[in-house]
Amino acid sequence: MATKSKTQIIPIGPYHPLQEEPEFFKLHVEGEKVVKLEIELGYNHRGIEKLAEGLTYDQIPFLVERICGICSSSHPFASVNAMEDIADVDVPLRAKYIRTFIGELERIHSHLLWLGLAGHFLGYNTVWMWAWKQREPVLDLFELITGNRNHYAMFKPGGVRRDVADEDIPTAMRLLESLEKPVMMFTKIALQDPVLQARLKNVGVLTKEDCVELGALGPTSRASGVPWDVRHDHPYAAYGMVDWDVIVTQNGDVFDKAVVRLLETFESVKICVQCLEKLREVKDGIDAELKEIPPGEGVGHHEAPRGEVFHYARSDGTNRPIRYKVRAPSFMNVPTNHRAVVGYTVSDATITLAAIDPCYCCTERMLVVDANSGKQVMGWKDLLRLSQEKTHRLMEKYNSRMDRIWT
Amino acid sequence: MADEVLEGIKAKFGGAIVEVFEKSPRRTYITVDPASLPEVAEYVYKDLGARFSIATGMHMVEGFEVLYHFALDNADRFLNLRVILDLDKPSVESIATRVPATEWIEREMHELLGIEFRNHPDMRHLLLDDDWPEGNYPLRRDWKDWRGGENGNEK
Repeated sequence: MATKSKTQIIPIGPYHPLQEEPEFFKLHVEGEKVVKLEIELGYNHRGIEKLAEGLTYDQIPFLVERICGICSSSHPFASVNAMEDIADVDVPLRAKYIRTFIGELERIHSHLLWLGLAGHFLGYNTVWMWAWKQREPVLDLFELITGNRNHYAMFKPGGVRRDVADEDIPTAMRLLESLEKPVMMFTKIALQDPVLQARLKNVGVLTKEDCVELGALGPTSRASGVPWDVRHDHPYAAYGMVDWDVIVTQNGDVFDKAVVRLLETFESVKICVQCLEKLREVKDGIDAELKEIPPGEGVGHHEAPRGEVFHYARSDGTNRPIRYKVRAPSFMNVPTNHRAVVGYTVSDATITLAAIDPCYCCTERMLVVDANSGKQVMGWKDLLRLSQEKTHRLMEKYNSRMDRIWT
Repeated sequence: MADEVLEGIKAKFGGAIVEVFEKSPRRTYITVDPASLPEVAEYVYKDLGARFSIATGMHMVEGFEVLYHFALDNADRFLNLRVILDLDKPSVESIATRVPATEWIEREMHELLGIEFRNHPDMRHLLLDDDWPEGNYPLRRDWKDWRGGENGNEK
């Protein structure tokens, strides 16, 4: 008996019970206290880097856009930065402002999304509903400017694909202004809420040293007093030409991560407004007409809502890269859980694991394979058929209900 | 300002520097002798205070290339340390104990490209399944799918 370990394992995953994303956490617990964490990933590895080697430079932004549905402009942003780094071209000023505007608008929607999810993880669904209600106009604005609520397809090597029409600017301004008030009110409510304070303060603390050692990025490191922000440190696009502040807090707990994200939302609104004002006067085109990528190598990055997205491309002078590397911020942030979860209780683990705003699809498409025969069980056609069948079922259900209403 | 960094590295590790390529003031590529990589990386990380961004492994004609991308956030500059490894048996000393942030990416490069990182603390699979066959490296140019197809497609 004496030698028997008291440690037990609580598995979370491979499908995350809350985030519906595949990641496997093994919590080693003694009683309620987490003593060790094991992380397994790769359940959703899509081989984007290999796919990119088979595509042309014009196609790659579309591919990398699909890495993540939430920060879908971050990867193309970093991608075009890397290509322009190889070719050493400068894009027109107007394109820079449009890029910055899209990048920041995305941060607003992503941070509000996280806040809602955080509330949901805590079982506090009022926060979730409120935050997502405020996020909705941002998606409408995206639709107005880019034509899509998601996957905007705005980025191309050498510029942007769509211009922002002058008549859309007042509407966009109005939407942004109308956002500030409810978000401010909401920030105050959320940050003074005794339930949120009790659940988030001094939970999942990540020290400054941990962040530096593990290379944590984005709000995860900025909440621990590490002021890393590539928009500020390595200015690109229009970030060096607009007025904004890097938000840094010191405590490193989940509460501070929430504070950083909420305050960053205001900075993003500030940047978006400045960009729109500039777009009224700056009219030097939106495309540098980059026709060729010379041989060489290039590094591009963008501060996504979750931290720095890093892309590296190596060109041999043809229209396809010979190597394309993508690193999403979660790849650096997920290992910080080793430090942030251990020492706290199991009930704190869910929110701490969510506090870095992990994006597994960033780091890693589904393929159902029979383990014995190695044959693919579900192909493209099967999935398409399933989806059509479901649509038909829904339509029948909906139509029959409509019939009842109308008759 | 920018050159202080380079001069410092050259003064300290002159013999270990094979080639320096300054693409632009913001991007510097330094080819390092693989034997001295851990010391140079530690110097860049600890003494220069660089942030480890990520590493890229590549299967090239001349050999396997590993590029360690370090960001100098206070100088708006990327220092990329390059090592070129043997084609037949790519192997390099791990820097994961000196620069902890490299632990995952070295595991990834090991399983996808088959580069050996000596003395790495935990060399299990990261992204691939645990029963992925030995000696099967998907990011190598000559990779054939062990299930029979090519480039990840079913036969």
